[in-house]
Amino acid sequence: MLLTLRDVRKSYNTEGSRVGVLKGVSFELDAGQHLALTGESGSGKSTLLHLIAGLDMPDGGQIRVSGADLAGMTDAQLAAVRRGKIGLVFQQFNLIPSMTVAQNLAFHARLAGKLDEDWNAELTERLGLAACLNRYPEQLSGGQQQRVAIGRTLAAKPDLILADEPTGNLDEDTGDVVIELMLQLVSDVKAGFILVTHSTKLAGLLHRRLHLTHGLLQ
Amino acid sequence: MSVRILLLLFLLMTCGVRAQGFAGLGTDAEGFSVPEPGRELVFPQDHGPHPDFRIEWWYLTANLKDENGADFGLQWTLFRSALRPTAGKGWSASQTWMAHAGVTTGEDHFSTERFSRGGIGQAGVTAVPFSAWIDDWRMTSLAAPGNDSLSALRVFARGPDFSYDIALTASGPLVLHGDNGLSVKSASGQASYYYSQPFYTVTGTITLPSGRFTVSGRAWLDREWSSQPLDPDQTGWDWLSLHFDDGAKLMGFRLRSRSTDAYTSATWIEPGGKTTAYGDGVLKMTPGRVRRVAGRDVPVEWRLQLAERDLDITVRAINPQSWMETLVPYWEGPVTAEGSRRGQGYLEMTGYE
Amino acid sequence: MIAAGFAALLSHWRYRPLQLLTLIGGLALATGLWTGVQAINSEARSSYSRAAAVLGQDTLEQLQSDSGGPIAADRFVSLRRAGWLVSPVVTGDLRLGQNRVRVMGFDVFTLPRGAAPIGLSGNEDIAAFIGDGLVLAHPDTVAALGDTDLNLRTSLRVAPGDLMADIATAWSLLERRDFDYLLLAAEQPGGLEPLSQIVPDLRRVQPDAQGDIARLTDSFHLNLTAFAFLSFAVGLFIVHATIGLAFEQRRAVIRTLRALGMPNRAVVLLLLTEIVLLALIAGLLGVMLGYGIAALLLPDVAATLAGLYGANVPGTLTLRPDWVLTGLAIALGGALLAVWQGLWRIARLPLLAPAQPRAWAMASRKNTVWTTLGGLVLLLAALLLAWFGRGLTAGFLTLGALLLGAALLLPAFLSLVLALGARASRSVMAEWVWADMRQQVPNLSLALMALMLALAANIGVGTMVSSFRYTFTGWLDQRLASELYVSADNEAQAEELRSFLAGRADAVLPMRSLEVDIGGAPVFVYGIVDHATYRDHWPLLESLEDVWDRVAAGEGALINEQMYRRGGHRLGDRIAITPDWAEEIVGVYSDYGNPTGQMIVQHDRLMASFPDIAKLRHAVRVPPRDAQALAEALVDEFGLPPGNILNQADLKRFSLQIFDRTFLVTGALNIFTLGIAAFAIFANLLTLSSMRLMQLAPVWAVGTTRAELARLEMLRTLALAVLTWLLALPVGLLLAWVLLAIVNVEAFGWRLPMHIFPAAWFQLLAMAVLAAGVAAAIPVWRLARTQPANFLKVFVHER
Repeated sequence: MLLTLRDVRKSYNTEGSRVGVLKGVSFELDAGQHLALTGESGSGKSTLLHLIAGLDMPDGGQIRVSGADLAGMTDAQLAAVRRGKIGLVFQQFNLIPSMTVAQNLAFHARLAGKLDEDWNAELTERLGLAACLNRYPEQLSGGQQQRVAIGRTLAAKPDLILADEPTGNLDEDTGDVVIELMLQLVSDVKAGFILVTHSTKLAGLLHRRLHLTHGLLQ
Repeated sequence: MSVRILLLLFLLMTCGVRAQGFAGLGTDAEGFSVPEPGRELVFPQDHGPHPDFRIEWWYLTANLKDENGADFGLQWTLFRSALRPTAGKGWSASQTWMAHAGVTTGEDHFSTERFSRGGIGQAGVTAVPFSAWIDDWRMTSLAAPGNDSLSALRVFARGPDFSYDIALTASGPLVLHGDNGLSVKSASGQASYYYSQPFYTVTGTITLPSGRFTVSGRAWLDREWSSQPLDPDQTGWDWLSLHFDDGAKLMGFRLRSRSTDAYTSATWIEPGGKTTAYGDGVLKMTPGRVRRVAGRDVPVEWRLQLAERDLDITVRAINPQSWMETLVPYWEGPVTAEGSRRGQGYLEMTGYE
Repeated sequence: MIAAGFAALLSHWRYRPLQLLTLIGGLALATGLWTGVQAINSEARSSYSRAAAVLGQDTLEQLQSDSGGPIAADRFVSLRRAGWLVSPVVTGDLRLGQNRVRVMGFDVFTLPRGAAPIGLSGNEDIAAFIGDGLVLAHPDTVAALGDTDLNLRTSLRVAPGDLMADIATAWSLLERRDFDYLLLAAEQPGGLEPLSQIVPDLRRVQPDAQGDIARLTDSFHLNLTAFAFLSFAVGLFIVHATIGLAFEQRRAVIRTLRALGMPNRAVVLLLLTEIVLLALIAGLLGVMLGYGIAALLLPDVAATLAGLYGANVPGTLTLRPDWVLTGLAIALGGALLAVWQGLWRIARLPLLAPAQPRAWAMASRKNTVWTTLGGLVLLLAALLLAWFGRGLTAGFLTLGALLLGAALLLPAFLSLVLALGARASRSVMAEWVWADMRQQVPNLSLALMALMLALAANIGVGTMVSSFRYTFTGWLDQRLASELYVSADNEAQAEELRSFLAGRADAVLPMRSLEVDIGGAPVFVYGIVDHATYRDHWPLLESLEDVWDRVAAGEGALINEQMYRRGGHRLGDRIAITPDWAEEIVGVYSDYGNPTGQMIVQHDRLMASFPDIAKLRHAVRVPPRDAQALAEALVDEFGLPPGNILNQADLKRFSLQIFDRTFLVTGALNIFTLGIAAFAIFANLLTLSSMRLMQLAPVWAVGTTRAELARLEMLRTLALAVLTWLLALPVGLLLAWVLLAIVNVEAFGWRLPMHIFPAAWFQLLAMAVLAAGVAAAIPVWRLARTQPANFLKVFVHER
């Protein structure tokens, strides 16, 4: 099993009182499986994604990635998991502003120590980024930026790819193109995929769909 | 030189008969001699300095006219002040000297001053032959042997913008004020030795920025010394010397006091030199018109009444702005008298703040 | 409405107390150092003008004897009797126990108006002054003298080290009966006989309006001021950065206020009021700080001025309204200068413009090209100024252009080095670190420029001081060749002294000197006898052939470097010492630490022209091991006061002590400047920290720990400090060269060889790294402790 969640809970302190965001979430994801996570704004879907990525720790419950329990891991171990097994695509600010497109594309893979030059070149080609390899992120359009982020994630060939509203900042046409490309590439590397989205249309393109309401799966 | 230092230094000097407590002197005479009744003045010795007394002066004022009849007033004064009764020597001598010179015209008033320590020859007075000097200012006797040494004088002084050189000849005797030269200055008995030579005729020249003037007229010399001439309560004084056209002369002063009425004193001098002294209250001096002078209100017009002599006159300043811009400033200038008698003279006023 | 609006704007600071602290702290620090230096300067200047005004020296002409001797007392009286308004002054040095004081005797009766008052009050005082030998002295002097037989009274109007007394008192103290000079009152009566007829042997000497001291110390104070200004400029960087951000962060509030109907003008006025209030608070703090700094440094400055220039400045500070007000004004002016750009933007802000703190910070990046161009132009200007410039001002302009130009080049320099570094790096993290640093440069450049300036100043001044000390020590050995320096109290004693020493010493060399006026400047002329002491040791820089034979024959003069350079002389030129005595320049010698011109001629020739010079001082040659014994014999057998004997070792120690204290002040100012630069870095990093999260979050997300990021962040700051130091090094050395070869020559008249002390550079590097480390500590610590949630906000929230 690629990913197992058991009774995951998370709450935040807000103005003195604790507000439960996730109130016991459990599900499993097989390798290569594509899952859409939908829900209203504030339903906790981003939080859930962050917990799976090891960016934040749950208050209770268990998260296992490729059988390893994230609870009890040190900062360094969590970082290693992110580096080696997980790929992340966010709505914005995905890229490292001080590095060129080429550097950004290769960054994660080099960090994880598994840069595959041929694959990288193929990605660049398929994402249509060949013309802007030497540019800096701030010189790119939103859609281009997001393609770089997707390329960076896929270059490292992670087991699990997590995307949080990757097209939320793009217009609909661009968004569709980007998502389509992303799904193809995710399939090609045979990675597990969780897409956080509020769009039912998008959710329909994936293998499974889970809906989160008030911190609980439906 | 700091104005303040010298001001303080010469507080002593300026507090005399004519320099009453306006400068605040109320010190005692400890260690110094004090004037005593019955002492006969002896000349020419008493023309010279009396270092055992605290203060002393040689004070000359002159009413002059040039060839065109324009009025001039002239002042030459040498003050002596002893810092302490012990003598000291050379640069450590305890005598100090100050001099004032002034020239007044109808429009202008010039004044300047000099200071010196005693003991080094920069300033001093000798009785025989008579000479009084400070720097290049001098008052020296030209009297023939056998005559009183003050009967003929040459007087010289100069400042940055004026100078004068005059010759004086006395046509009358020395005049003793008060009780045979002992002049009482307050109800509580402070006194000084005080005599005058009021009978001078003068010729000479005055040089001013506007030119050189040949002048002639009359002059009056005062000699006075004491150790504690004032009452601490006395705040200032008004002093007058007048030459009347008929040859008579009058010296009068009025000492103002904080707590009591002003103290007055006068000497009537007949043309032949015979004197009559009038004690407190006989002479009446009433201030008239007041003028703004150097930031103060000063009466430049006076009414004088001496009933014993049927005198009722008004005295007016020739130049109301006759202000002595010296370290211890005061009003000193020529006046004219009108009324029951006509004449001219000098007025001095101090202590007007 | 106004009150509510003001409260809304001010509430910003409650949420960002650190920003408030940075703003007020930066401004207060800048104002503090500036005010401190101004306080020192104004204290020193007031004592110079007091010294210059003593007895009217600054405004009154003097009559002095042609022969260099004193004026007999009766000549004063004759001049007065001739109508000339003159006033006598007697002055001389007096040794009281361990102390040396200057006695000034004057005549209170004739001292012209316009001469300085001395602070007597009351009849008793004057009587005491004239009769009882009252002596007035500065409280410092009174304290230093301790128990004496003198009838001493303290007066703040007397310069430290001076005793003011009546002529008679001064005479008895100095055992004299004559005068040194007569003061001429400015206004004299008309029609006097000319002085040239009454006293043909006395000459009129013009008053010295400024005073030698003020002129000589000008460059020293200019130095201090330059330092203070540098610190102030560094402080302004901080204020500018903070205020800009605070304005930007408050755009939302301002937008709301305007949407609620507050006129834009009112908003701008409120912001202006706010900055004025803050500036006044910071200014007050700065003035207090400045007072503290000045009080701390003044004793050393006073020692420096006394040692180097013989200027007496009291070691205590007076609160003077001039520098308090200047301090407040400069705080206010500085704050307004820093804020006007922000205010201008707000005044023209479209109602609905979005808040863009990121854009604000990034804007400076585009400026790099212009900055670099500006830097190059300034460096070129520095080069031209160094080549063609003349005078002290040109020297300082060279310095300024060099420093500012180098500072402006810093961003480009750093970018270049970092790009090279990135190219050379192998690992992806290293690549990122280089790239990220490069991106940081525009944001940190102001603070780094401040650091660069502080470091360069430090290296430059340090090199100058060390070179100076190195040269000075060697020079002292040459110059102070004689083992003992002995002076007699009077001529009779001097005669006995010479016969006492005749059998006991290898040589007794007379030391005769006189101050003359050559070309309007004071020059000390020394007469020497021919002796190996001079031939073997004297530090000649340039000379003609047979230089010593020529001097010994009375056919030439040696002059010191100062006089040589100032007068633009050449060897072989003739210099007129008196109207009928000129000497050829046959040699030039170095004379460090002496601000005035000096000349050396043959002894007998000098005495022939100035027969009345006091013959009191002697240099004594003995085998060094016998020096101590001879000094003791002079005291025990001959009965000379111990204070009249100086031995060579003491003199050298004393000279070096003065030297070291001189530059203690410079060192302290250096440290302060470095501290302010560190504060600038701190403020800048703090300001940037929220923005940093955005740049770091992606790296964190793809698998880096916060601890690692924090470590790299610290490393980056330290690396930038090291790189800045790297640029500061050549700039500092250039600065040292300008100081030694241009400024020193213009200010002091001597040129020093430059020596390099690399150990000091690495000390400074350590200090720079430490300063940067301390500055970065809090921001980095905060980064290491950042909650993941805060990182995540980057990805979630719209910014």
